[in-house]
Parts: sequence; C-alpha cells; structure tokens
Amino acid sequence: MVEIPSGSIPSAEVEDVELYHPHSWWTKYVFSQDAKIIAVQYSITAIAIGLVALVLSWLMRIQLAFPGYFTFIDADHYYQFITMHGMIMVIYLLTALFLGGFGNYLIPLMVGARDMVFPYANMLSYWIYLLAVLILAAGFFAPGGPTGAGWTLYPPQSVLSGTPGGKDWGILLMLTSLIVFIIGFTMGGLNYVVTVLQGRARGMTLMRMPLTVWGIFTATVMALLAFPALFVACVMMLFDRVLGTSFFMPAIVEMGTQLQHGGGSPILFQHLFWFFGHPEVYIVALPAFGIVSDLISTHARKNIFGYRMMVWAIVIIGALSFVVWAHHMYVSGMHPAFGFFFATTTLIIAIPTAIKVYNWVLTLWRGDIHLTLPMLFALAFIVTFVNGGLTGLFLGNVVVDVPLSDTMFVVAHFHMVMGVAPILVIFGAIYHWYPKVTGRMLNDVLGHIHFWITFLGTYAIFFPMHYLGLLGVPRRYFEMGETAFVPPSAHTLNIFITVMALVVGAGQMVFLFNLAWSLFRGREAGGNPWRATTLEWQTPETPPAHGNWGKDLPVVYRWAYDYSVPGAAEDFIPQNVPATAGVTRETPA
Amino acid sequence: MSVVLIFLAAIAAIMIWWLSGQRLTSKPWLETGSVQMPVHGGTDRPPVPSVKIGLFVFLGVVGALFSLAVSAYFMRAASADWWGMPVPRLLWVNTAALTLSSAALQWAKREVRHGRMESLRPALVTALLLAVFFLAGQIQVWRELVAAGYVLDDNPANSFFYMLTGLHGLHILGGLAVLAHTTVKAFAADIAAERLSLSVDLSAIYSHFMLAVWLLLFALFAGWASDFVDLCRTLIS
Repeated sequence: MVEIPSGSIPSAEVEDVELYHPHSWWTKYVFSQDAKIIAVQYSITAIAIGLVALVLSWLMRIQLAFPGYFTFIDADHYYQFITMHGMIMVIYLLTALFLGGFGNYLIPLMVGARDMVFPYANMLSYWIYLLAVLILAAGFFAPGGPTGAGWTLYPPQSVLSGTPGGKDWGILLMLTSLIVFIIGFTMGGLNYVVTVLQGRARGMTLMRMPLTVWGIFTATVMALLAFPALFVACVMMLFDRVLGTSFFMPAIVEMGTQLQHGGGSPILFQHLFWFFGHPEVYIVALPAFGIVSDLISTHARKNIFGYRMMVWAIVIIGALSFVVWAHHMYVSGMHPAFGFFFATTTLIIAIPTAIKVYNWVLTLWRGDIHLTLPMLFALAFIVTFVNGGLTGLFLGNVVVDVPLSDTMFVVAHFHMVMGVAPILVIFGAIYHWYPKVTGRMLNDVLGHIHFWITFLGTYAIFFPMHYLGLLGVPRRYFEMGETAFVPPSAHTLNIFITVMALVVGAGQMVFLFNLAWSLFRGREAGGNPWRATTLEWQTPETPPAHGNWGKDLPVVYRWAYDYSVPGAAEDFIPQNVPATAGVTRETPA
Repeated sequence: MSVVLIFLAAIAAIMIWWLSGQRLTSKPWLETGSVQMPVHGGTDRPPVPSVKIGLFVFLGVVGALFSLAVSAYFMRAASADWWGMPVPRLLWVNTAALTLSSAALQWAKREVRHGRMESLRPALVTALLLAVFFLAGQIQVWRELVAAGYVLDDNPANSFFYMLTGLHGLHILGGLAVLAHTTVKAFAADIAAERLSLSVDLSAIYSHFMLAVWLLLFALFAGWASDFVDLCRTLIS
C-alpha cells in the first residue's frame, strides 16, 4: 500500500468548533441553526410548493387534451399555469431541494464537520427562501393573478397589459420573489462552499470526498456566479416596469397608446437570463450526477469507476456551462457565427458528460447489483438522462434547432433531461438517506409501486411528446385550432399524454403517504442499513444528534468507495477505518 | 457579455491555481492510511479563518454582479439612443472620500495588529465618517443631476448611472453596518485588540474591494472605460 508522506496532504484540519446550543423548542426545531433541521425545512417547503406546480401541470394537460372542459381555464390562466409551473419546478423546487435540502444535510455529515461554518446565515437563508416562496405564491391571490409571461419572462411582453399580470401585481411579485430568493441563496451558498473548503475532517482531502459533495460543491460555486445575472436582469426589469426606464423596452405601442419607453434591447435580457439559465441546468444536474454516482457505487457494491475522471468531468462541465448560454437564442436573430461558436461549445460539453455516463455503466459492469429502490431510481436516471442528453445534441445544432425551436420537441427534451432525470435522483436519494434522517426505512412495496408508476409513466408522457414536436406541434399554445400539418391522431396522443400525467401525479401521493407512514411505522433502520462507506453512515447516533459526531470528530483514512475489498472482513470499509484495522491493499504493479 | 467573461476567466484562473494545489491527480484508491499530518499542513502560518474565506467568496459574487451590470451597460450603450451624461464635480470629492476611508481602514488594520487601541479608535471613526460622507455625497449628486434635468427614466445612460450607483451604495451601506458594529465594540472599555483584529481586517478588505468597484464604475461614467474599450478594439483589428 502507498503511505502518504505526512505533510503532503493539504491541511484540512480545523479546530473543533464551539457549537450553538438551542435553549428552547422554538430555537431547536423552528428557528434552528442546525443544518440537518434546516435541510428538512428546505425540503418540506420545496416539496410543498412543488406539489402546487404539479397540480398546475395537471390543469395545463387537461386543457391540452380536453379543451374547454374546465371553463375556468382560459388562455390567461393557461399562461399563468405554464409560467408558475416552470419557475417553481426549476428554481423553487429543484435548486432549493438539491442545494438547500441535500446540500445542508449531506455536506457537513459527508465531510465530517459538526455543522455548517456559518449556522446563523444558514438559518437566515432558509427563512429568506420561505419568504421568497410566499411572495411567489402570493401571486395566485393578487389582483390579476400571477404573471403569465412564460418562465423565461421575456420582455417586452412580460410587462405589457396583454400578458396576464404584466400591468398588475403578477410580474412584480415574480421579480421580487426571485430577487429575495437569490439573496437567501447567496447566504446558503457561502455556507456550502466554505464548509467544503474549511470544515473537512482530518484526512478528508478533496480527492477523498464522495462525488455527492463534489457535485453539490461545484453546483454551488456555479450558482453563486450565475444567479447574479438573474438578479441584475430582475432589477433592471423592475426599473423598466416601475420607474419607466428603457433597459429592455423598445419603443412600443400598447393597446393603441405609444408607451414612454424607447430604444431598449429585449435581446439584452435574453443574454442576461440565459447567462443564468444555462448554468442553472447544470446547477440542477451536477448534484444529481454526484448523488447518482454514490448510489450506484453503494448499491452495486463496487468502487466507482474512474473516480478522478468523474471529479474532473464535474469541474469541466461546470466551467463549460458558462460559455454555452446563447444556444437558447438561436432564433433571436443573432449573428450566425455566434451560433456556430455556441453550437461547438454545446457539443463539447457532451464529452465530459458522456464520460460520466460511461463510468456509471462501467461501475455497474460486473458489480454485485442490488436492485434496491435507490438503485432502481439510479438506473432509471441513467437511461432517462441519456435519452434527454441525446435530444440535446439535436437541439444544440443550429440547423436542427431552428425548425424544432418552440415545438413540443423542446418541451420533451428539457423535461427528460432536467425535469424527470433530476427528480428520479431526488427520489432515489430520499429512499437512500431517509433511514439516516429518520432512523426508519421507507416501505419497500409502496416504494416499488411509486417507482414503476413514476418511471414508466414519465416515459409515457414525454416520449410521445418528441413525436408531437417533430410533427410541428408548437409549445405554449393554449389550443390548437385548425392546422393543416397536425393530424387528428396528434390529438389522440395528447389525450394519452394527459391521462398518463394524471396517473403519474397521483402516483406521487403514494410516495407522500410512504414518507408520512414510515416516519412512525417504518422498519427500524439501524445506523448503516446500506452498508455504505461514507461518513454520514458512521455517526454514533441515528438520526445524528446536534453536532453530528459525539465527542470526537471523525478521522478519514481512505476514499469513499472501498466496496468489495478482497480479503476484508465485510465487503466494505468505511472511510474512518484506519489501514491497520481494515485490509491493506496491494499496490498493482 | 465580454466583461463578465473576462471576470469569469479571472475567477477560473484563481480556481485552477487553487485546484492545482489539491493533488487532483492523486489516486485515492491506492492511498489508504496515513493522516498523521501536522497541524496546519506543516507550516507555521495560522489557518485562514473561515469568515475570511467566506468574505472572499462573497466578493466573488459581488464581482460577478457588477461585471454583469457593466456588461449590460456596454451592450445597451451600443444602441443609437444613448447620450452621455455629465460627470458632476462632486463625484471627484466623493471618490476622494471613499479612497481616504479605505486608507483609514488600512491604518486601523496596522494599529490593531500592534494592539494600539488609542489610535485604532480614531482610525475606525475616520473611516466610518468618510464612508458616510461618500454616501451622502452620492445622494447629493443624484439631487444635482435631477435638478439639472438628468432624470432616471430619460436616457439609458442616466438609468444605468442611477442603478449602478444605487447598487454600489447599497453594498457600501451593508459594509457600513458591519464597520459601525466593530467601531462600537472598539469603544467598549475592556476589549482586547486581538478580538477586533479579524473584523477590522475584514472591513478593510471589503472596503478596498468596494473602492475598486467604484473606481471602475467612475471610469465607466466618465467615459474613460469606453475609450479604453475602443482602444482595445483598434488594437485587435
């Protein structure tokens, strides 16, 4: 075995910290500074607002399949549902759940810290996030309802009276909510980054960190650099809407009246929005990549294939994602040479991403695959992500994108790649870590029902949608009307998609029931039910107590993937087991 | 968007420099065992406090914010309806005040390191008052400009001026809150200099950063930045 010469490991040691100790029920469970409680608060809030978005998608699908069945869904409401569904799912559910939820719970535990480095800012981060969610939800009750500008909020239409909420409260609440969200996220994000930098236990070098931490860490760095673009865009749009400036607003006639604005550039907004918007895709994807790597390795009892390459790929994807934003704007009338540049960078991203996919598959190769629920979700993620990624290669090419732009094909693509795929990982991760959070296992039978409904159901929804898109069925349309190019069979397909959407949505109730039921009736999990190596499974108590580690901080002696080690007493060796107690590994010649 | 890309390139360079010291090419699957490393990685330097790292990360976020705003400024300025606006003479005075405020904090940093409480207090108060003067001066500039007819919603140059100075002012205000807290603590009878050392240090770093941001913004408003960009364009083409 290789002995690391002492001193060659960069200092990862910090003094043991003075923990904040709560004095009352309120400071312990409500205004808590414990990252684990904050994580649960983030998750519950995100899932709750996500359920609202789920219902909105039902209403949209019902309108598309059975136009006019519900008379309250008129065009305005349809656009409001679209907008809120998109914005909630991307930002308030996925971003908040991956970084605020999993980040808060897993980072301190996985790197062997007692808590986040700035617990007070961490607490503020959650409450500001909650405020952002409430401001957003207030749109439903405001005069004129929420904004119906589409989740991209493109000006000038988003602040004009033709768009629902454009001249009412809707757009104001949306922009305010986003600004508040970003302020709150920055507080949390600083915590996640600095905890990884400063809070690691002795021996936890960067290259010994589980890939989950790498994914969340990189995604947080990206979010900290990308969200300011959305912040600037929101502030400027608020100025345009409230103070009458012309950052984005060109000279325009609204309802027969010439508006005060003139000369503004709607394209400028698109640049700012997508400068945030594209990294956002990877802000959601990278934590999913990291988590799925750990799920696969643990449940296939095999070390992750190509750990170094996995780390490099995460970092490279993170960096590249900042130079591809304009591939969302091929049809905005930009210079063709720019289109060529952005198509190239977009396709280059496929390389590190493909490396990751190959490595997952090679990890499974000859592994001892346990088809547990987390594994099932991880496998489902791989196929879904490959599907969504391949259509991404189509859309990344300018000549293919132009005819497909604004069709259902795009909707199908991004739902596969950044809707369904990350959600599958979230489910897998919840089935994986729920025993650590609560001390009890989730029910297996209910879990299988939930998995098969979700996996097959989402395919039934989004696979046919590609076909609709190839037919030319446009997205964002309230109803089809008479068209020459859309055959009647497309409508039948729409009905099928809607029925499946209703089924999948209802299937999630099984999951929610399982979460609640298992909290009281689930099988006792014990400290390490999956026989995993990472530190969070080695806590002295389950669920981990305040301070995580009892008297002494853990010391890390090995990487996170010592599974199926030949000659070991068990088939895994946790990270905090010293070399002498485990089995020393022969250095291959 | 080239401004923000340059900023990101700088950030990327810092990250690459940092990652290059993290043994990213190591083979962790072969390296089982020793963690017998000495405290603080074998050097005598004390570890960097987490708050300081946190501040640097935060400055990265603020930097991204302002470089994006400046990117937007250049993109919008390319359109035909852009007229420049005058640079009020008061801005020079404000710039001097902010520079002196930053210098006073640097002085405070030196005093606190040597444990001289009696000279730390005037340094902190000077820095605080000069920063307050800067903010008041900025508001006075706004009033002068409005009185001269350069209102917010008239020309995009005006809109950007008010928005950028406003954003910058809010950041200064946030820094002032922290600085005021430190100053009040410095006047407590029984405080030891070591306990203030970190917060004075952080205030100084933040202040220098916001000064740098202001100087860049000032160059932008005065038109030197566009001259510089034009010069670069000529050199490239």
